[in-house]
Amino acid sequence: MPETLPQFLYEHAQRTPNRPALRERLYGIWQTLTWREYYEHVKYFALGLVSLGLQPQETIAIIGDNRPEWLIAELAAQSVGAKSVGVYQDSIASEVVYILNHADVTFVVVEDQEQVDKILEIWPQLQGVRKAIYYDPKGLRNYTEEFLMYFPQVEALGREYEKEHPGWFEERLSQGRGDDIAILSTTSGTTANPKLAMLTHKSMLSMGRNLMKVDPLTPQDNFVSFLPLAWIGEQMMVMSCGLQIGFTVNFPEEPETVQHDLREIGPQVMFSPPRIWESLVSQVQVKIEDTTALKRAMYNWAMRIGYRMADTRFRKETPSPWLRLLYFLADWLVFQEIKDQLGLRHLKRAYTGGAALGPDTFRFFHALGVNLKQIYGQTEINGIAVLHRDGDIKFQTVGTPLPETEVKIDESGEILMRSPAVMVGYYRNPEATAEALRDGWLHSGDAGYFDEDGHLVVIDRVKDVMTLHDGTKFSPQFIENKLKFSPYIKEAVVFGGDWPYVTAMINIDFANVGKWAEKHQIAYTTYTDLSQKPEVYRLIRKHVEQANADLPPAARIQRFLLLHKELDADDAELTRTRKVRRRLIAQRYADLISALYSHASYVDVETTITYQDGRTAKIQTRVSIESLDGERKLS
Amino acid sequence: MQRGFSSQLNSSSLRPGELQLSVERLQLNFGGVTALLGVDLQIRQGEIFAIIGPNGAGKTSLLNCISGLYHPQRGRILFYHNGEHDLTHLRPHQIARLGVARTFQNIELFRHMTVLDNLLAGAHIHMKSNLLASLIYWGMAQREQIQFRRFIEDIIELLEIQAIRNKVVATLPYGLQKRVELGRALALRPAILLLDEPMAGMNTEEKEDMARFILDVNEEYGVTIVLIEHDMGVVMDISDRVAVLNFGQKIAEGAPDEVRNNPLVIEAYLGEEHAALLTRPFSKS
Repeated sequence: MPETLPQFLYEHAQRTPNRPALRERLYGIWQTLTWREYYEHVKYFALGLVSLGLQPQETIAIIGDNRPEWLIAELAAQSVGAKSVGVYQDSIASEVVYILNHADVTFVVVEDQEQVDKILEIWPQLQGVRKAIYYDPKGLRNYTEEFLMYFPQVEALGREYEKEHPGWFEERLSQGRGDDIAILSTTSGTTANPKLAMLTHKSMLSMGRNLMKVDPLTPQDNFVSFLPLAWIGEQMMVMSCGLQIGFTVNFPEEPETVQHDLREIGPQVMFSPPRIWESLVSQVQVKIEDTTALKRAMYNWAMRIGYRMADTRFRKETPSPWLRLLYFLADWLVFQEIKDQLGLRHLKRAYTGGAALGPDTFRFFHALGVNLKQIYGQTEINGIAVLHRDGDIKFQTVGTPLPETEVKIDESGEILMRSPAVMVGYYRNPEATAEALRDGWLHSGDAGYFDEDGHLVVIDRVKDVMTLHDGTKFSPQFIENKLKFSPYIKEAVVFGGDWPYVTAMINIDFANVGKWAEKHQIAYTTYTDLSQKPEVYRLIRKHVEQANADLPPAARIQRFLLLHKELDADDAELTRTRKVRRRLIAQRYADLISALYSHASYVDVETTITYQDGRTAKIQTRVSIESLDGERKLS
Repeated sequence: MQRGFSSQLNSSSLRPGELQLSVERLQLNFGGVTALLGVDLQIRQGEIFAIIGPNGAGKTSLLNCISGLYHPQRGRILFYHNGEHDLTHLRPHQIARLGVARTFQNIELFRHMTVLDNLLAGAHIHMKSNLLASLIYWGMAQREQIQFRRFIEDIIELLEIQAIRNKVVATLPYGLQKRVELGRALALRPAILLLDEPMAGMNTEEKEDMARFILDVNEEYGVTIVLIEHDMGVVMDISDRVAVLNFGQKIAEGAPDEVRNNPLVIEAYLGEEHAALLTRPFSKS
């Protein structure tokens, strides 16, 4: 029985050598890599690394978009007893330095010229890196640094090594044990530098096994890998599930072609964070606004039926034959087409996780007939620990624990978990490890409770839960998700815990608000300019009022402002998985927040922005503040 | 999983530095107006050669003479590509077939065709199958079509336009159309590439992208590039040599730094500025 991820690869290469393992859209055509070819690439790349001096226990880093080489490099390291760490491809130089040095990386595998340039820039600061290996040679012909190597060159070294040491690789591969560390996975780090969770082969495999006990997949299924492979969710689907069951992993051509490529593949399973689902909803809403009156009417009619059907199912009632007939019609006329356009038509099920998804978004997909399920988990437990079961979906909850997984709530209200999928600890960080793992339980840092059906409800991060002025506990995330259901609102940060009332800082969705402005003949130049248009304030005000209508009075937003710049991971305002760094934002925008809690109708700000290349610039703007209680104040 | 460019993009067989295009004492008149007056230029294989000058200096006229849209009254244009060719009196399609590709100041694409079809149209000049064979699409014709599509895909990859491959050109933003036009010129498999204001009307980011693509084409594949450009920053950054035209005459030529400090050039540019200042009526701000 295989114990490690590359041993599973070996199994597939033996049993089904000619079935498609990976597919990549390259030069406009889906190009297939069979299990045998996949295995051979891994083998020769691994041997190449060994001949360059890679030792067991060492770490290689991988930076790049989703491509076969990413997985090949990871599995190559693991098959000779080393491990890998994925770095988000949009990380700025200082983040890369931190991770590479902290993880004691000896080889770094990068995609293209952009990443090579980043490595060249930070090379003097790197401590143990011996070689940087790239796999897209475009533009790199004239680079002469001797530590740079081209991926196929390493594979060629591997072939040479094989001639001198025949059979060595298979021998080494079979020595891999389940307790070996497979990857270091960066945690999202909403507070500080990312921590690196050490995940063993055993823990990764147990997570995939238990997930597929609940939601079986088959080798015939397809998965489209387009979210960063450094993210645990993608590792989980591609490695933990994909290698165990042997489904086909498909890679889009470019980040810009994901929507198109997703539609061509029509995957059976998807796992995406809320922002992907939210953006799909926005896309549909905006397209419907642009379409003809007849189509819009059809859509509205179908959605009413869809929502009725979804709500009936949520209540676990049997839909009446009449409703079923109507739904059949709506599905046939409208939903099939929408799902086809979005690439969701063949989905058996879809997962959302990583952050809370707004109930409205949730209902939307169930109305369409997409079996979207909430999961809960974190990097430290390999991604998924708790999820919805088919036919038992409540959008306020995250469902029930996976097999072999125990979940309990401690006295303070924190969620604790125990399962074979829990990490060994954080790499080179015993203090944080001791804090997270106590008596075998993983302390999640999230507040939650079990409801009457035994479903887990996650409130928010323990330290983010706010107590409103009337004493009720409330989650800012819940309000933010309400706001984010609007296609015009991209990001929102809600304040209120330590303050007399609730306020919000809102990021408009540039694309959608821009389109709206064009349609209403409002001229604008930049994001900042658009965000401060009185008309835009009026538009967003309507959507804030809508969100308020569903909230208890004490949690309603009293004043809000439209932020003059987009919150950005490069400015450390969001994590690389696009979670809001609340504390940092509260500090950085302290002026804005105190203005929200004054009678001011505007505030002048100067902010520093960081470009992708690390340069900084200052911008000065007047930001208006809108009050919802009575008269409108605009400068 | 074969990445990187597999096709030959540069059709010139000269070695870098060899004389490729020689413009000799070129004179072009439109009725009584003299557009070019005794212009001499020597362009060498593998360089990026910029032609600058104030509006109406004759830059585009010069490019039009090279690509055969205008025929000069005096002087000649010699092009070295598998021997010497006199371009002076050839027709545009004959010049294109020799490997002289160009883009235009105003975009000249088939607006209602897709990006892919526009690029394939650019490459058709090299296709050998006849109409009948193409209609049957079998054997030689099919192989040829596949081979050309592969070549076009290399260009699509090079210019990073995968996401718009099947979009109709007219629906694209201006900056992308410019990029497609460059792609169409590359599809000709040029020996020399003439670019008429490739960055006109672009924002900074689009300009940076375009500059990078031009450098890629030049550095990776050794294609000689002659460009007209108004953005001095770009010209000084990417060109190997610069020629300055003023009122149809070449007033300076050399490395960017030399040209920048040339008093004649400063006068040609600043002189115009001063003139503009003097003729502009005073206005209250």
